[in-house]
Amino acid sequence: MSVLIFAELDEGKLKKSSQEAIFYGSKVAGMMGTSATAVVIGAADQSELATAGRFGATKVLHATDAKLNEPNGMAYASVVAAAAQQEGAKVVVLAKSSLGDAMAARLAGKLKAGLAPNVIELPDLSSGFRVKTSIYTGKAFAFNELKADVKILAIKKNTIATEETDATATVENFAPSLNDADFALRVTNTEKATGDVLLPEADLVVSAGRGMKGPENWGIVEDLAKALHAATACSKPVSDLDWRPHHEHVGQTGIKVSPNLYIAAGISGAIQHLAGVNSSKVIVVINKDPDAPFFKSADYGIVGDVFEVLPKLTKAVQAL
Amino acid sequence: MKILVCVTSVPDTTTKITFTGNNTKFNKAGVQFITGPYDDYALARAVELKEKLGASVTVFNVGEADAEPVIRKCLAIGADDAIRVNAEPIDAYFVAEQIAAVAKETPYDLILMGRESIDYNGGQVHGIVGEMLGIPSISPVMRLDVEGTTAKMTREIEGGKEDIEAQLPLVLGCQEPIAEWKIPNMRGIMTARTKPLKIIQPAGQDSLTAVANYEMPAPRGAVKMIPADEAETLIKLLRTEAKVI
Ligand SMILES: Cc1cc2nc3c(=O)[nH]c(=O)nc-3n(C[C@H](O)[C@H](O)[C@H](O)COP(=O)(O)OP(=O)(O)OC[C@H]3O[C@@H](n4cnc5c(N)ncnc54)[C@H](O)[C@@H]3O)c2cc1C
Ligand SMILES: Cc1cc2nc3c(=O)[nH]c(=O)nc-3n(C[C@H](O)[C@H](O)[C@H](O)COP(=O)(O)OP(=O)(O)OC[C@H]3O[C@@H](n4cnc5c(N)ncnc54)[C@H](O)[C@@H]3O)c2cc1C
Repeated sequence: MSVLIFAELDEGKLKKSSQEAIFYGSKVAGMMGTSATAVVIGAADQSELATAGRFGATKVLHATDAKLNEPNGMAYASVVAAAAQQEGAKVVVLAKSSLGDAMAARLAGKLKAGLAPNVIELPDLSSGFRVKTSIYTGKAFAFNELKADVKILAIKKNTIATEETDATATVENFAPSLNDADFALRVTNTEKATGDVLLPEADLVVSAGRGMKGPENWGIVEDLAKALHAATACSKPVSDLDWRPHHEHVGQTGIKVSPNLYIAAGISGAIQHLAGVNSSKVIVVINKDPDAPFFKSADYGIVGDVFEVLPKLTKAVQAL
Repeated sequence: MKILVCVTSVPDTTTKITFTGNNTKFNKAGVQFITGPYDDYALARAVELKEKLGASVTVFNVGEADAEPVIRKCLAIGADDAIRVNAEPIDAYFVAEQIAAVAKETPYDLILMGRESIDYNGGQVHGIVGEMLGIPSISPVMRLDVEGTTAKMTREIEGGKEDIEAQLPLVLGCQEPIAEWKIPNMRGIMTARTKPLKIIQPAGQDSLTAVANYEMPAPRGAVKMIPADEAETLIKLLRTEAKVI
């Protein structure tokens, strides 16, 4: 009956969004009078896995088949489905991410589950199973009643504040039989930014738009991001023009972010851009045009030239 | 090659979202409906593949009669025919069931969708359809080429991208820059009027979720302006007042 959580690894460590999912799942388990079990797939140290306990999981099922070393939404979904069956789980929780999305959908198909994407609060179990989700790219919320026997919740990142204890989880090996059909894709090449803070996981984001004039000017954006230990992002035209890689593009048709701090430099604040960033906790806008629409959605604003303001901010951060 | 392109009819991206009936119903009054922007990329690539390799392109929608302008526009852009399942798209599972039912009857080499709808932003329908048909689903796909029965794709992953090869049939969730959005020309608009649009009844009535009511986000407080020549004050405020750094 336990609540099952899929926890994603990044280089052998539990991702922050997965810690949030474990915490969320353990709270739901508490509400339902049961325990929380995390499923972790891929190579990781036992000591790292045991930290799932800090966020409320009592048990970790660890699948280590070498075929699972590379993230694979279809195969991972099969592993989680097998775990759900073993544990008799009726609620499956995971963090919304590119891997999580792929898994949630395949799982919903396998388990005929009611699926809530973009969950932002703990459920209301007073009559049925109701969750609050973000819809219309953050422009509204829906209270979604999950009527199916099995429920899958994909948790929006950085919306659940975790609490930690010093509990540890027990770790069990988990080796379900794997299905060849899940390995039908051949990945021939992977390009991944290394060393940088990954945008979807970032607490702080420095984003810039067409006001930067050209890709050669991004140094001052990167300097501020580095000083803050923030990820960099950009508006759609900037990635369309190939000034920045596509995976940095945020907005309605790009990545949706909800960091604690979003700094927008030289971005006008079109509604499609706002849609991807409006659930950020604090928004700072720097624009030379005092009438730029973005100021209406900002918490702090500076009317000024990015080429002067950004280096000043970097200096001020370095002086902290 | 047979391609099925699944499209949504969604509020224009500039729409101010409001609700009626004590926040239980989306307010359609004055809303301009468009093809889902990601679905538009999927359609554009399907039409390009048709022009390059020869293929039939069928547009598919689960929706009520008010979705037809969007379907006609897709036909004008270059799809050959269309199927509309006459039902309110209740949730992703229900929509997926409809697509799977059609694809079981007529096998398609490629089922192209948008990476996500821009109303519910689920990003789920492709994966559920893939599972129902027992074929791979891949999303978000930024490049798609077909050579014989092999599809060569680029998928975006967090912080990067990967190249993938797989055998048809496949279900793909598409996003830019897979193709440029296409605008229908006059000839397309004329011929679209006579292209076949088949209306069918839904298969299965599973409704695993239901929206009880909606809520609008709380408005942000007033913006605090900081003079440009005192920019460093911002950093202090972010630390002491907003407490985010
Ligand atoms: C269907 C659809 C989907 C879309 N999806 C997205 C999306 O996901 N994400 C997205 O970002 N956009 C999206 N757009 C595009 C969106 O409408 C805007 O065109 C885009 O966000 C504008 O980008 P920008 O702010 O960088 O550029 P601009 O609008 O050109 O703004 C540049 C800003 O920089 C300021 N500026 C110029 N020089 C300086 C300087 N020296 N110092 C300070 N400020 C300066 C200017 O005052 C201006 O406000 C979408 C559009 C459509 C139609
Ligand atoms: C009046 C009304 C009420 C609705 N109520 C709900 C509700 O309560 N809960 C809910 O989840 N949804 C509801 N929807 C449906 C919603 O608009 C979506 O069509 C559906 O839920 C799939 O959403 P998704 O975000 O999961 O799709 P995604 O998985 O994000 O969509 C991915 C892709 O699947 C394809 N696709 C999605 N929907 C359709 C479709 N209808 N026809 C053809 N292809 C499609 C498109 O290619 C799309 O890009 C309602 C729609 C209407 C008109």
